[in-house]
Amino acid sequence: MKIAASIIIMGAVTYAIRLLPLTFFRRRIKNPYIKSFLNFVPFAVLGAMTFPDVFTSAGSVGASLAGLAAALVLSYMEKGLLTVSAAACAAAFAADLIIRVI
Amino acid sequence: MKEYLKGMYDGIPICLGYVSVSFAFGLMCSSGGLSALVSVIISMTNLTSAGQFAGLDIIKSGGGLFELAFATFIINLRYLLMSLSLSQRIDPKISLPGRLIMSFGITDEIFALSMQQNGSITFKYFVGLMTLPYIGWAGGTFLGSFASSVLPEQVRLALSIAIYAMFIAIIIPPSKKSRPVLFVVLTSIAVSIALHVIPVLKQLSSGWLIIISTFIAASLGAYLYPEKEDEK
Repeated sequence: MKIAASIIIMGAVTYAIRLLPLTFFRRRIKNPYIKSFLNFVPFAVLGAMTFPDVFTSAGSVGASLAGLAAALVLSYMEKGLLTVSAAACAAAFAADLIIRVI
Repeated sequence: MKEYLKGMYDGIPICLGYVSVSFAFGLMCSSGGLSALVSVIISMTNLTSAGQFAGLDIIKSGGGLFELAFATFIINLRYLLMSLSLSQRIDPKISLPGRLIMSFGITDEIFALSMQQNGSITFKYFVGLMTLPYIGWAGGTFLGSFASSVLPEQVRLALSIAIYAMFIAIIIPPSKKSRPVLFVVLTSIAVSIALHVIPVLKQLSSGWLIIISTFIAASLGAYLYPEKEDEK
């Protein structure tokens, strides 16, 4: 029954990490450095998760770059998340087709 | 109800991204000999990509339970930071059971999107935001482990860029408006790319790479631009 123990351990460790600060830390942080650090966390996380992985995310580099370009342009125009995601997929798919034909 | 629905709507792109990622997870589970039921249970109790992929590797290679616990802990340590960040932004009146439910939904994407809200984050909005990604994560795992040939490979590959496109759509508009945010984003990207290239460091798990990049970029940002940038 090692698989059951593995599942319980993975689930419990992951949940404990998420749970502790949100549940038991009720103070408002006043320190301006810590406040601004915490405000920056989501942006830093997303930047690090996106690059460099996005360059190979759609299989080939060519298709990924096409998708990335579509995402960058539309995000700069401040289009919605769904629009940007769909356009990036379409661009990656189209580029992949073109690359395969050539 | 309106807030819950708004959360659900905002969760659609996350859900789409999750379906493609969890689909890949389901495929890997079935190729590693895990049943569809076990794969879906893992997804429903963990709701985390990097942690599950690493865990699956360890399970498949017959690694020990301590190794499994430690790897899960390190890779998911970033949620501690996010949970702390979130604790500063949620409606302070949210009860203990409410917090227990919300904690479960802290993923990179759900967290980042919820933080884009003006003012404090309500329980209803956050739970709405969690709903579709959770269903998508479990459903994608099920599809992936059950029918490895539902989607042609080209379609699956094209779909896997969805999640990154969504990240880009989240970070670019605030980066245009705020120099500190732009600075933090560019620093984090630069550090992340450097860590992926530098010989010894690139052996680190993806969880560590994210923690280190985040820590360096957010610390530098806080050092250079303390507090003032609160007008989000």
